[in-house]
Amino acid sequence: MSFKVQQMLRTVLYHLLVMLLGFVMIYPLLWMIMSSFKPTNTVFTTAGSLIPATWTLDNYINGLKGFGGIPFTTFFRNSFFISVLATAGTIVSSAIVAYAFSRLPYRGRGFLFASMLVTMMLPAQVLMVPQYLWYNKLGWVNSYLPMIVPYCFAIQGFFVYLNVNFINGIPKDLDEAAKIDGCSPYGILFHIITPLLTPALITSGIFSFIWRWDDFLSALLYVRTSAMYPASLALKLFCDPGSSSDYGAMFAMSTLSILPVLLIFIFLQKYLVDGIASSGLKG
Amino acid sequence: MNSSVSHRQKRNLREWLCRDSVAGVICTMPFIIGLVFFLIVPMLLSGYYAFCDYNILAPAKWAGLKNFARMFTADTKFFKSLEVTLFYAFVSVPLRLTFALAVAMILLRNSRLTGIYRAAYYLPSIIGGSVAVAILWKRMFAIDGTFNAVLGMLGIESRTAWLGNVSTAIWMLILLSVWQFGSSMLIFLSSLKQIPQTLYEAARVDGAIGIQQFFRITLPLLTPTIFFNLVMQMINGFLAFSQSYIITQGKPMNSTLFYVVHMYQQGFEFFKAGYASALAWIMLLIIGAFTGFLFLTKRYWVYEGGA
Repeated sequence: MSFKVQQMLRTVLYHLLVMLLGFVMIYPLLWMIMSSFKPTNTVFTTAGSLIPATWTLDNYINGLKGFGGIPFTTFFRNSFFISVLATAGTIVSSAIVAYAFSRLPYRGRGFLFASMLVTMMLPAQVLMVPQYLWYNKLGWVNSYLPMIVPYCFAIQGFFVYLNVNFINGIPKDLDEAAKIDGCSPYGILFHIITPLLTPALITSGIFSFIWRWDDFLSALLYVRTSAMYPASLALKLFCDPGSSSDYGAMFAMSTLSILPVLLIFIFLQKYLVDGIASSGLKG
Repeated sequence: MNSSVSHRQKRNLREWLCRDSVAGVICTMPFIIGLVFFLIVPMLLSGYYAFCDYNILAPAKWAGLKNFARMFTADTKFFKSLEVTLFYAFVSVPLRLTFALAVAMILLRNSRLTGIYRAAYYLPSIIGGSVAVAILWKRMFAIDGTFNAVLGMLGIESRTAWLGNVSTAIWMLILLSVWQFGSSMLIFLSSLKQIPQTLYEAARVDGAIGIQQFFRITLPLLTPTIFFNLVMQMINGFLAFSQSYIITQGKPMNSTLFYVVHMYQQGFEFFKAGYASALAWIMLLIIGAFTGFLFLTKRYWVYEGGA
């Protein structure tokens, strides 16, 4: 009996602690979302309380007016445009390249595969100066080209690697049967591999979209015209000295900007978790 | 006659294109083009500019080792930024991995709420890279921010501007990084689940208790996962940029001046593209040396046998 009570106490304590830590973890986000519904002049006078005393949508109305006559919806539209195109390019190119790496042996493949792994260790920051100088030479600065075109060429090793791992797990008997029936390597890719690859494609799409959506660095480097700003860069304007410090509107637009990612997180979490687990395991 | 020749040629071409080796090269083509055009060419170009006086507007002028000499003699911020960056990477990454592993062990205990807990811990790392979170962090640790307000409610009166103070600012950025331990936690969770229970049962028979089990079984079997995450996250730690650029811009008194922020300022605020190229190459060498070092020492501490 007393053992049972002890065990129950332990369970309760466990859940209390884990819940408390979880609350601390998401508190910053809750604060941001709640602050966006507070009247803007009370955001910091009531910084300690989470629930707004009076709820208001004014921050969203003011925030959506945007900057210098450009409504904030334009910035969101720009972000969508860039993220969707870059993501489509990433998914298609990574899957095709991964298929070759996994199924079609040729001389030099090992070397190229190793190069792909090395590119995984070259994040955008170390390349920003070199790539900027190169795109500047090409006349791509102040256009969306540097933010879309490179992604159509499988330059993110992470996604190729993720797809290679997945294709390696598809039984070879299937392609061999198709081959005997006279199916070409391209036919096998489209008719056999691609349908089975769908979960990996969704995972790639989700991660790519989130990363492109959040991408601040390339927008900072390549977009000069304010009407072309994506949301990430436009949000930064709230931080700039000299901008009207409407903190309510700032939190409202911040909340809207994480909304797509939040929705993905809520409805497609399974794919995120799968992607992390399958790509992070191999050493 | 003529048509039959072209017909045969067509068929030969088709056959050739459908050979595995040819199809392989064709399917790898996007990557080959991308590698050359978006990685190798820019790197070589900047490798050349690293030895030039170049401000983007005027043509580059060969300057020999001047840019590299400048780092070690004239640019006082170079060593400062290196120091800040190394401190940040060597503190935040081990902290984040330790935290991730600890929480993963806690969540291993299954209950109906585990899914919700996992989601709550994972959420910050999925949105942590956004500008919204950077802005949020900046406001949270301001004098009138929620952090001081919550401290006040707990009875601790604080008027510290956490991000404006030389000794605390870097810790706020480290905190932001540790806060995003969720994805490492998920990786640890799935590795932990792959450790065969029989090992623990055998250990129990041999009399190994909790802590011994952790150090003799769990930790060694996790070393491959730890290694992979250590390499990737250290590299990302060396290259921290967006969040610090938005939150502190290197202030106060360069105490949060990350290497990449310094590089960005040199290249795009002072228009010293040649010097910034040299900085990029030095960072590349540092990353290469560090990764190489980790790989060389790998066999001494990473367990690679079968479970």
